[in-house]
Amino acid sequence: MSVLAELSGNLGAVGYGLAAIGPGIGVGIVFAAYIQATARQPESAGLTRTYLFVGFALSEALALIGFVVPFLFGT
Amino acid sequence: MVLCWGVTAVILAVMLGAVRRPQLVPGRLQWVGESAYSFVRDGIAREVIGHEGLRFAPYLTTLFLFILGNNLLGIIPLVQIAPTAKIAIPMFLAIISWVMFNYVGIKRHGFVKYFKGILFMPGVPKPMYLLVTPIEVFSTLIVRPFTLAVRLFANMFAGHLLLLVFTLGAAYLLTVGNFSVVFTPVSFGMAIVMTFFELLVEVLQAYVFVILTSTYIAGALEEEH
Repeated sequence: MSVLAELSGNLGAVGYGLAAIGPGIGVGIVFAAYIQATARQPESAGLTRTYLFVGFALSEALALIGFVVPFLFGT
Repeated sequence: MVLCWGVTAVILAVMLGAVRRPQLVPGRLQWVGESAYSFVRDGIAREVIGHEGLRFAPYLTTLFLFILGNNLLGIIPLVQIAPTAKIAIPMFLAIISWVMFNYVGIKRHGFVKYFKGILFMPGVPKPMYLLVTPIEVFSTLIVRPFTLAVRLFANMFAGHLLLLVFTLGAAYLLTVGNFSVVFTPVSFGMAIVMTFFELLVEVLQAYVFVILTSTYIAGALEEEH
């Protein structure tokens, strides 16, 4: 059987691409909500900034795990 | 490692120079030192932790300047790799922050009450603890230091790779020996653009690390978790 097409490389890169979709959307929502809250109630900017960074850190955690896994289980 | 000591020496020299002869009307160096400190104290410590945050301002400033100095090595010519792009340094910084916010919380509330606050957060219906407790333990005690370390490491490492891809791409296109030589300036220009992008990322990551550390300290100090 003749080879028509060949693909080489690490599947980890594809894995990270997939892992970045969800956190990308999530981080976007977090910051969108912060901007909206600040626009509606400018005085609350300092109050909600803490929650902004907590939410940002939590949703970004998945992307970071996705980044590390190919290194851990790569050949 | 040598770079890391070098950065520490530079920061130490700048800050010592800033406070050597304090004047009422600050000179240039004093202005740099004071504005760095007041940025962290007023912009981060007081804003996030509140009045008690002033106690932590020296630590947070040290952390901020150390991470910022190390990150900036990522774009300084002839060095161009940040010491924080090796996992050991972010990991150690994260461990310090992790021990710190747990210690502060235990000291404030006592061992049992602090962990009770983490394990069984108030205001949750009883059966939900089955679901909430493992998540809380995992997120507070494992995910927090892990993400703190990996976020800094991954950003610095990815930035280094990005610069390398475009610079080596330019070199490769020069030597490839066909018409694609014309794309060399594009790749090299992109490397320069990415260097400025890295500057943004580096400052931002130092800021995010410090603000998350202070957020965790604030969470540990709170009466109700």
